[in-house]
Amino acid sequence: MPEAFQFELVSPERLLVSEQVEAVVIPGAEGEMTVMAHHAPVMTTIKPGVVTVKTAEGRAERYVVFGGFADIVPAGCTLLAESAVAVGDIDRADLARRIQEAREDVADAKDDETRSKAEQFLSQLTTLEGAILPA
Amino acid sequence: MPSLKDLRNRIASVKATQKITKAMQMVAAAKLRRAQEAAEAARPYSERMGAVLANITQAIGGGGEAPALMTGTGKDDVHLLVVCTAERGLCGGFNSQIARLARDHIRKLLADGKQVKIICVGKKGFDILRRDYAALILERVDLREVKTLGFVNADAIAKKVIQLFNEGGFDICTLFYSQFKSVISQIPTAQQIIPAGVPSAAAETTNGGNAVYEYEPEPGEILSDLIPRNISVQVFRALLENAAGEMGAKMSAMDNATRNAGDMINKLSITYNRQRQAQITKELIEIISGAEAL
Repeated sequence: MPEAFQFELVSPERLLVSEQVEAVVIPGAEGEMTVMAHHAPVMTTIKPGVVTVKTAEGRAERYVVFGGFADIVPAGCTLLAESAVAVGDIDRADLARRIQEAREDVADAKDDETRSKAEQFLSQLTTLEGAILPA
Repeated sequence: MPSLKDLRNRIASVKATQKITKAMQMVAAAKLRRAQEAAEAARPYSERMGAVLANITQAIGGGGEAPALMTGTGKDDVHLLVVCTAERGLCGGFNSQIARLARDHIRKLLADGKQVKIICVGKKGFDILRRDYAALILERVDLREVKTLGFVNADAIAKKVIQLFNEGGFDICTLFYSQFKSVISQIPTAQQIIPAGVPSAAAETTNGGNAVYEYEPEPGEILSDLIPRNISVQVFRALLENAAGEMGAKMSAMDNATRNAGDMINKLSITYNRQRQAQITKELIEIISGAEAL
């Protein structure tokens, strides 16, 4: 049985999770990563995606996050999400609205750099939508 | 001397007012609890954000790659004031206190020959500042439709501010809001948010401050993502503190009003009773002296 460590998921509105967990899968900006106890200190931004938490009691919980960053130290992991909800509570309309906004951003982009950024964000959102909606 | 009927009407109307202020006080008390909970729930995020920010600036070591939002433009000619007040009145000196602080600040800046721009959040501050500085107000953010204050509201304000900064609209941005100390005391506060200033290294003690971090992507890139977010968080905190403060101020203002109405009812009732007694006595005297005359 893997060792447990402290994991916290915080959104600006409230503290969603603060408990002992075995492993957390984080959608990092440069690829997904699984964090376990005694992880080397890493700080990373995260992209919109699903955070999977395996608690010390063996429950698996999934949360949808929209951007933010993670602060990982050997003693624990803190995830500061811009907005986070449990997968079960996700508001479809809200997600659709975000995708719509991202599309508008792509259309409004003035130079190549902002356009490629906006397109990347849009594709992350649509992937996320595909991942959480039962096909 | 008002007649008996006038007095009766007066008492009835004061009683009605008292009922309203009493109800408003209870509503404010309920809302205060919720606002306080929201403010407390938001605290962990801003605390962690501060710790992470201190950490990362340390990693960069104050090098030249810190974004302009943090270091400023190097000038202080144009000032942007974001004045956060409540949307509604009837909360004692709450709104005017914030507005007064902002106004003193504006006067000082103008006297120093600086240029001032204002963004008003909330209707009341706008109403007060419009009287003297209508020409300086860029914009008014309306939160009246907002039922529960969300991070998105603060984010929208912060985005506007940052956009203006990137366009070179101002050099220094100061946030005015009321700090929630307790139900009876709210302290109007001015807080500079741009340039953010490098957070002190005091926060490094939190979790292994001297650990060697790996950064994904580069620290500079994370920082440029983090700083705008931090500004949103600051605005969000200000809005939440304001919301709690407004309710606190409203509660004590309405408590005072209810008590005043009670005093007034007492006084009016005494006058009413005295006058009624005087009238009865007068009538008796008339009857008796009439009977004696026979």
